[in-house]
Formats: sequence, structure tokens, C-alpha cells
Amino acid sequence: MSESITEEKTYKPTSPNSKLDFQSVWEYDSAPESSANLEIKDQYQLFINGKFVKPEKGRYFKSINPATEEEITEFAEATQKDVDKAVKAARKAFEGEWSKISGKTRGKYIYRIARMLQERAREFAIAESMDGGKPIRESRDVDIPLVAAHFFYYAGWADKLDYAFPGKKPEPLGVCGQIIPWNFPLLMLAWKIAPALACGNTVVLKPAETTSLTAMLFAELVKDAGLPDGVVNIITGAGQTGAAIVNHSGIDKIAFTGSTTVGKIIQKSLAGTHKKYTLELGGKGALIVFEDAAIDQAVEGIINAIFFNQGHVCCAGSRLLVQEGIADKVIMKLRDRMESLIVGDPLDKNTDIGAINSKQQFETVNQYLEIGVNEGADVYQSKCEIPDSGYFIRPTLFTNVSQSNRVVQEEIFGPVLTIQTFRTADEAIEKANNTPFGLAGGVWTDKGSKIFRVGKELRSGVIWANTYNKFDPTSPFGGYKESGVGREGGLHGLAAYVNLK
Amino acid sequence: MNTIQLPSITPIDHVAVEEKVGRLNKRSIKKESKVLALKMALSMMDLTTLEGKDSEGKVRQLCQKAKQPHPAMPDLPHVAAVCVYPSMVRVAKKALTGSDINVASVATAFPSGMAPLSVRIDDTRFAVDEGADEVDMVISRGAFLQGEYQQVYDEIAAIKEACGKAHLKVILETGELHTYENVRLASDIAMQAGADFIKTSTGKISPAATQPVTLVMLEAIRDYYYATNKMIGMKPAGGIRTAKQALQYLVLVKETLGAAWLTPDYFRFGASSLANDVLMQIVKQQTGSYQSGDYFSLD
Repeated sequence: MSESITEEKTYKPTSPNSKLDFQSVWEYDSAPESSANLEIKDQYQLFINGKFVKPEKGRYFKSINPATEEEITEFAEATQKDVDKAVKAARKAFEGEWSKISGKTRGKYIYRIARMLQERAREFAIAESMDGGKPIRESRDVDIPLVAAHFFYYAGWADKLDYAFPGKKPEPLGVCGQIIPWNFPLLMLAWKIAPALACGNTVVLKPAETTSLTAMLFAELVKDAGLPDGVVNIITGAGQTGAAIVNHSGIDKIAFTGSTTVGKIIQKSLAGTHKKYTLELGGKGALIVFEDAAIDQAVEGIINAIFFNQGHVCCAGSRLLVQEGIADKVIMKLRDRMESLIVGDPLDKNTDIGAINSKQQFETVNQYLEIGVNEGADVYQSKCEIPDSGYFIRPTLFTNVSQSNRVVQEEIFGPVLTIQTFRTADEAIEKANNTPFGLAGGVWTDKGSKIFRVGKELRSGVIWANTYNKFDPTSPFGGYKESGVGREGGLHGLAAYVNLK
Repeated sequence: MNTIQLPSITPIDHVAVEEKVGRLNKRSIKKESKVLALKMALSMMDLTTLEGKDSEGKVRQLCQKAKQPHPAMPDLPHVAAVCVYPSMVRVAKKALTGSDINVASVATAFPSGMAPLSVRIDDTRFAVDEGADEVDMVISRGAFLQGEYQQVYDEIAAIKEACGKAHLKVILETGELHTYENVRLASDIAMQAGADFIKTSTGKISPAATQPVTLVMLEAIRDYYYATNKMIGMKPAGGIRTAKQALQYLVLVKETLGAAWLTPDYFRFGASSLANDVLMQIVKQQTGSYQSGDYFSLD
């Protein structure tokens, strides 16, 4: 199938084929980041009550490096009894010390975690790239710095909670069950743990089964930081472990980031319980490019929107809506820009697009490529070389698609962009909003008033103007419609971890 | 004078331009690809001396350096051109006889351009008659900032005519144009008016060449190529002193315009002190250790 994909079908827009040659004359040599200083154990245990303990049933699962398909290590599979233990430890820590000590002391611990994360930034970045396939350029420059920033930010709130909600008194919720995805493993951990701890909660966190490594390194860091036992518990496992957390009666709040399908299951099982919840789910973000935009910079924005982290981004801009008059030009420029993207070894400092996170996701994205072709879309992939082994997919464009196509409607979660055109701003807004999702979107125009007008009418939690995929711990993040419930980040993120009296 | 459809303002988002440069600066150039790029940079250099105190001896010395940048490594490429004032063209031409190194001359009342057009045309003709293969002219920045774009266009076209067969590099003096939109517009005007190369700076104004400005100009060249199939060259000049900077510029060219522009025919560095740092890096790549600056001739 991949053969037929790489060969281009007739290309409908009238752009000429790529005129520029980015391959010959001067190629960059590989510049791999050394993983020699990163110690990875053969086996990782569960982190419960400040100790690394074996799983009750003694079962372990393997973790694969998606760039090489080689086994990295194995993680313990937590079952019901392990979850019970973790929740019990968290409850004890909550009622014992953590909810009672001063905010200042809690802040001190969280600041310490933030500083230690910075000190160990390099090993975390390498581990993240090895385990999850993301390029080191991103794990080093985006993921890990943001992780530390999140802990710093919420550490600052710990002793100022009384001033965060004027006229109301915030109280911690209790034990928080947190389930995080595989696309930004350590960053999602930070988004979950930092505000929870700052507010005086304790946590039981489960990383995704394909990317548990940095969470276990974080558990070691928590131990080294001297955090009281049981405040942070990290247990590994797959969907069943997650379900055991969600359905556990000793948990007061569920925070989940992942697919909309699983989010709906969680929401159903939580209905009627006392548990609070925040869900951060899928997306199908629209990128609206008007003809008065700075085109070369818009093209760069589109590249960042869809190819950042191999497109494994819930807020990825995966639908390009471009004004008809400039469509050919934008598509031609996009294609040329794609030719200079380097796909390959995630640990190479020059890699722009790393490996697809897992075999399962690799197959999912490939299925969507097939679906797109069967739906009659024109497909374009960059001609870059990709490694023989590992899960790699060339950056892909679908043109000649319509709103009803599955590749336009469904979240692909890979480096695949669909392109549609529009004539008026109203049409762009209508198309952008015509989706069950509503997480993020982008607008490119040189005109400030247009940004505000269009931004106001887009039904999305985040709208970026003339840029994309910019994150900051002070800024709330979350979705409209089926993209989620509640907000993370900023003051809003704090509110999700307190009861207000 | 002929009237043309003057180019209109192209929006440029300066935040995104600078961010893109930051991203490209993260490219890690190692091993063979570094050696190749350093040699390429050397071959693209316009060795320049543009001082009031320039003498014939100084120019001859520079020409020797141009032909043989580092006698200890005779296989290194020679530079692309030697760039001097019109009064030194004849000296340089003679010193470079037998080599295929070009003589470039600044002209048009460089660096300000504040002379009547007739004087600037005569200045150009003189340089060409003396043997200049390339002419580096300056645009009238005052006229440009007043919005007299037609005048700027006409002057470039007139100088192009005066150049005859000599290649014309048009210096925008981007440090005086202040915005990326102006840089882009001036680039478009220069290319339409007949520039063979567009060049950032005289080196007499600060800031001289910067990477974001160069990126904006490279993108202008790319759009012009898309529209007309004509390849225009690019020359950043001034302030490029280290091999590391040179590599960063080459990455900009490679990832904006591609391989076709990675030759001295379409990309040049205007620099006076860059050569020795590049040489020092080449020697370091080959021997594994840095040598003292004393081993490289100061010309």
C-alpha cells in the first residue's frame, strides 16, 4: 500500500511541481545525541507510598523504542490490588500530612521538583525521545522546559491559594486519579501533578503503557526530592489499570487526557458518583489562512501546526482552510517546505519528524492514508528518505477533500494534513466549526480586526493568531464540545483541583 | 523612463521570521558536512577592502590571499571575488590575472549614494571600463523611504544599463530600511529592475547583515523565481565574522532555496575578516586541534 501512496496521484490544484531541489550538494551528517549517560533499568516497579514495589500479580509488559522496534525495558502491570494499595497510600498521605502542612512548605517541595527536573533535563529529554519517538529537538527545547515551567508556576500558587479565588476559600479535593496519554508523556504528567500538589491533593497517576519511562524516572526524582511518602504514586499498566483507577471508590477526582472514545467511557462511568473530573480529549483543529496573511510565515505556522510531534498533538491543526485566491500558492510553498523536513532518528539533533509512537498508531495512520485515497483525495508526501526499521511516516497532504470525508472529520493523530479552500470568512468559520471537536484553531491574517472577528466565532478552547502550538503554564487549555471538560493550566487549572467554600 | 507595475507591499510577520531563523540555527553541522560547508563558504567569499586608507599594496596583498587563502593547504578553493573601490579595480584586475577570481567594485557614490544620478552612472562606467566584472551599487534609501519607488526602480535600471556585461549587485542597505516589509519591497523592486544579485548592506551602517533580513530576501528571491524562472543571487555583507555564522547562513540558503543556490554564482558572503576563521575551522577539522591565529595571514 505504501507504494501507491508515495506515488502521487493526479494533483488537482494547478500548482507546478516542486521546482526547488533540497537534496543534493550538501547533506547534513547525522548528529545524534548520546544516550550513553542515561541509565535505564531492565525492569521498573510500581511507585507506591514512596517505595518501588513489585506488582501483586507479578506481571510485566515490554516497552519498545518506536524508532528501532527494539525493547527498551519492561514495566510492572498494576492490577486492582495495586490500585487499592496506591489509593490507600495516597489517602493516608492526604489525611496525614499533605493537606495540613502550610502552602509555603508544599511550595518548597514543588519548587525542589522543578529545579531537579532542570538539573536532569538532558536525561529526561533523551528518555522521552527513546521511549516515545519524538525528535530530541522537541523533547529538549519544548517538552522538558515546559515541564519544569509548570512545576515552577504551580509551586508559586501553593502559598497564595487564599488569594486565587476572592471571597471563596479553596480546599483540596483529596486523592486524584490521573491518567495521561503517550504524546507528551512527561509534560502531561506535569500538567496533572503540579496543580494537584499545589492545592494540597495527593495523586495516583498512570502513564500511557507505551510511554512510561519518563514517569518512572520522575518517580525516582520524587523520591530523591524527599516528598512525603504516598503524596505521589505512579503505577503503570494499560487500559484495565486505568479503568481500575476511574472506578475506584476511594478517589475524589479523575483527570484524564486521551482519546474522545475513552473519555466518553470515563464520563459514563463517573456519572452519578461523587467524583469530579476534567477530560482533555481529541481535536481536529482548523487552520484558517486568509489571502492577506504573511504567506511564507503562515506556511511555517502550518508546518508547526501539523508536523510538530509527528502530528501526535490533541490540538494539532490538521485541517487547513485556505482562501481560494492563494490556495495554489500556499500548497506549492507547503510542498516545497515539506521537502526540507528531515524524518528519522529521534535522537538526531537535526531530525524534524521522529517516529510514530507505537505500532498500533502506525497502523492507524496508515489506515487513514488508505481511507483518504479510497475517498478520492489527492495525496502528496514529501520525498524524504525514511529509515528501514521503526515506525515512520512521511509528512502527508490530502487535497481535493470535502467536509464529509472521514479524513476531514476524524482525528488521525499523525503527520497528515487535509486542505480545503474557502471564499469568505463566514464560510471559513462555518467549515472550521463543523466538527464534533473544539480544542484549538489558528488564524493567519495581517489584519488585527479579522483575527478578533474570526477568533470570537470559532468554537474552540484555544485560538492562536499567526502562530500555532504555543504553550505556557499561565494559559488555560481545554476544549469545547467533544474535546473535553474543564481547563488545565493557569488559574483555571488550579480551580479544577479545589473545592470552593 | 519606462513605467512598470511596481511591486506592492508583501506582509511579513517579523515574529515568525525570527522564530524560523532560530529554528534553522539549531541545525547541527558536523563532520564531513561541516568541512564541505566551510570550503563552500570560502569559495563564496567576496574578500573586501573598502577603506579610505586602501593602498595599491594593500589591494595586491588581498588579491594574493584571494588566490591562495592558506598556503599550507594549497588544495583549498579560492574565493569568488575581490571587492574594492573603483580606483583600485585596475590594480586588483592585474593582480588577479590568470585566475578566475572576479573583481567586484562598489560604485554609485558608495556607501551613501548621495550624488546626482549622472555622477553615479559615470562612477559605474568608470569601474566597468577599469575591468570590474561585478558592480555593487547602493539604492537611494532616502527616495525609497519617501515612497519614490519608481525613482528607485529607474535608477537601478539605469545603473544596470551602465554595467553592460558586468554583473549588478544591488545593495539595499537594510539597516536603513528598518522594517522587513521595506526589505522585501526593496528586494522586489531591485529584482524587477534588473539586479543579478541583491545584497544586504554596505558594511558602513549598523546593523549590517542579519539572518532574519537575509531570510526575508531569500524568500523574495524564491517568489521571484516561482513567478519568472529567473534565479537571482544573494549576498549578505557586513558583520559576518565567524565560521559558525557562515554555516548558519548556508543553512538558510539550503532550506529556503535549495541546492541550486549553493554556488558562488548565486550566493556570496561580503566579508573582510571571515576568511581566517573559516580557514582556522577547516584546519581544525583536519588536524583535530585549533591553531594559533598567528598561522593565518592577516591581509
